[in-house]
Amino acid sequence: MAAGVAAWLPFARAAAIGWMPVANLPMPVAPTEKSKRQDELIILNVSGRRFQTWRNTLDRYPDTLLGSSEKEFFYNEETKEYFFDRDPDVFRSVLNFYRTGKLHYPRYECISSYDEELAFFGIVPEIIGDCCYEEYKDRKRENDAKLPNMTFRETMWRAFENPHTSTMALVFYYVTGFFIAVSVITNVVETVPCGSAPNQKEVPCGERYTVAFFCMDTACVMIFTVEYLMRLFAAPSRYRFMRSVMSIIDVVAILPYYIGLVMTDNEDVSGAFVTLRVFRVFRIFKFSRHSQGLRILGYTLKSCASELGFLLFSLTMAIIIFATVMFYAEKGSSSSKFTSIPASFWYTIVTMTTLGYGDMVPKTIAGKIFGSICSLSGVLVIALPVPVIVSNFSRIYHQNQRADKRRAQKVQKARLARIRISKTGSSSAFLHSKRNGLFNEALELTSSTEEEQRLTKSTSLLESQHHHLLHCLEKTTNHEFVDEQYYQQSYLEAGLQNYPSRSPSLSSQDGVTGTCCTRRSKKHHTPLPNASAPAHMQPLTHTHTHQQGLQELSTIHIQPLSTSRSSLNMRVDEPAPLNCQSSQITTAIISIPTPPVTTPEGDAHLPAGPTHQNVVKVSAL
Amino acid sequence: MLSVIWETEGLQTVGIVVLVFASIKLLHLLGLISFSEDSVEDELELSAVRHRPEGLEQLEAQTRFSRKELQILYRGFKNECPSGVVNEETFKDIYSQFFPQGDASTYAHFLFNAFDTDHNGSVSFEDFVMGLSILLRGTVQEKLNWAFNLYDINKDGYITKEEMLDIMKAIYDMMGKCTYPVLKEETPRQHVEVFFQKMDKNKDGVVTIDEFIDCCQNDENIMRSMHLFENVL
Repeated sequence: MAAGVAAWLPFARAAAIGWMPVANLPMPVAPTEKSKRQDELIILNVSGRRFQTWRNTLDRYPDTLLGSSEKEFFYNEETKEYFFDRDPDVFRSVLNFYRTGKLHYPRYECISSYDEELAFFGIVPEIIGDCCYEEYKDRKRENDAKLPNMTFRETMWRAFENPHTSTMALVFYYVTGFFIAVSVITNVVETVPCGSAPNQKEVPCGERYTVAFFCMDTACVMIFTVEYLMRLFAAPSRYRFMRSVMSIIDVVAILPYYIGLVMTDNEDVSGAFVTLRVFRVFRIFKFSRHSQGLRILGYTLKSCASELGFLLFSLTMAIIIFATVMFYAEKGSSSSKFTSIPASFWYTIVTMTTLGYGDMVPKTIAGKIFGSICSLSGVLVIALPVPVIVSNFSRIYHQNQRADKRRAQKVQKARLARIRISKTGSSSAFLHSKRNGLFNEALELTSSTEEEQRLTKSTSLLESQHHHLLHCLEKTTNHEFVDEQYYQQSYLEAGLQNYPSRSPSLSSQDGVTGTCCTRRSKKHHTPLPNASAPAHMQPLTHTHTHQQGLQELSTIHIQPLSTSRSSLNMRVDEPAPLNCQSSQITTAIISIPTPPVTTPEGDAHLPAGPTHQNVVKVSAL
Repeated sequence: MLSVIWETEGLQTVGIVVLVFASIKLLHLLGLISFSEDSVEDELELSAVRHRPEGLEQLEAQTRFSRKELQILYRGFKNECPSGVVNEETFKDIYSQFFPQGDASTYAHFLFNAFDTDHNGSVSFEDFVMGLSILLRGTVQEKLNWAFNLYDINKDGYITKEEMLDIMKAIYDMMGKCTYPVLKEETPRQHVEVFFQKMDKNKDGVVTIDEFIDCCQNDENIMRSMHLFENVL
């Protein structure tokens, strides 16, 4: 239960009066406040700075140092205050957590000192409020990243992937970007006709200043090669790196130069060499490392591959149809440019995409008619798949934009998970206390105070009041809270059998031997007492009201004897009270294979019994 | 010659265009101009409602709480609701925290309406404290009155079966899914039938306030449970 609303517990309990007229069963007795403590101020002296707060404020979080009895270790008798020899600045945030229920992380604070203080005061950092959680996580990550045990290779790879981690990486990032741009511009300018003497024909700059351009090209390729080799060295998985798109682009960008170096002299393949120079333009794709938008475009095109394919296919169909028609329509006319069907392809494409260059026009009437039909249908065919592609792009683009908001959502989800965990924690706390709950009531009847104190020490007053509230709800609806596992079991069994008292499947009982000596419930046994307890609760709740008070009291009187011995085990969720009622149950249950009840009182009551698996322990009545 | 002039002018135009775009981008980077329309201010909630309760003396006179108790109540109230009033959403949130396994929002809605006596959509500290005074320190008659008011959703003085069914379903919702025995669809309905059999004396299908109070006063369990929470606070 979030203790920030602990102040509202009295309200929730008062509002429970609304259930009373509806309930059919009597309500359980409310837990009494043993010592009606007035709300008192306590003084916390942290390294000389005094903080004061109400005691109730600190009691809101009983599993922290200040909320539990652990703070008594720091109590100073002479000055009547609690003294902590810790940092008072961080303590401010800690105390505010109790006051407001939200833990804030001050930005000026060093992350490791903050963590230490939180650990000292028993506060889990996960409950830092959403306002400060991002900052906290970022600083934590930075701090962890500064660990010196990252190898040089790993640091290099990280620097390549996130240029913002260090200045060197940023410098490298910008330098490579600059050289990519220079290289692309060089390639472009190479072909521009430079002004030359009027009598000579215009030559491209590339041929005029061959040496300069060659030097420029060499420099760029040197840098790209070095970069590629460094990335290859730093990559955690070289094989995967070599297969990635970016590395292929890198290779394709620098390969023409080296191939050119190798085969400058050979005239036959110089044609191929010229073609290879085309690939130099792929250097521009290296920019996609620097630009998020380019990457998004690439993803979009990839994701729209099927739509693009459909577009292409339909276009091809239409082109072939119309080209054929136009060819045969224009066959008659003389001096027509439609010399063959493939030649008509060009006209069809130009017309369907509404380009209309005008280098090929139909001259016959039939040709003109079919030409106009062609252009009209072209508009339709192209317009159909385009919106799909556009919507894909916008979806991916917005998805990417929302990546930041998604990070915030992850925080929210983590927070919800934390809340869920605490909820299950509180509901299982309730189920645990149910085991002791009946015992509490029984004790209230006998009003034996010592056992009461020993028992209720395990739950704070707030918790016991909350549990009482839940218990009242159970009584109102005549249904009980159970945990998830038991619910599923009983749900299945509801379909199979309907015994008067439900028992969980025996298979889950295999691990539990009925020996009282093995009463310390090992961790994997804990669900079993949970599961078995409600099974006994059911007849209990029905038999409870029917039994005379005397008999209950007589069974209860035995309990105090055993609790004094087993009080150490009380913290474990033993079905302690079950034994006192088991005498009533035995008659009802003997016919059904029942789970053996593991109780701490076993050795007192049944010396011979524990060896059998299925014997229900009978209390010595 | 002309082509050369055109070329240079063309290059100049291109240069100017590039310069303009670059300066726009620089200003955008510096944050002086913004392109996008959606602003982040929609995240802020305006809680302009500020409510200050009446003085301590008046509240002391109107309710049955002592000064100290009122102080404790107000401190808790103001901690959760710094603006001084609770709206329904906050109310539902707070109430749901006590019932982790189920869904307490429907019942919280009914509870909110029961506390919000002037039906203005928010529960102020006075409403809160008056309600608590009745529940914790009131006579049995007053408590039963309050419970009747809670069940009578449309406040017409009669509890019909539909109203009771709504309330019952809300209560059963708070139990959640994992209960033993497993909750069935007709469980609330059966419970309502039992309730009406007990309460509706003249079998006219509605329960009036007198029938309700009469019947409750004759039921020992209910009488005893009315005194259950007297030591709260």
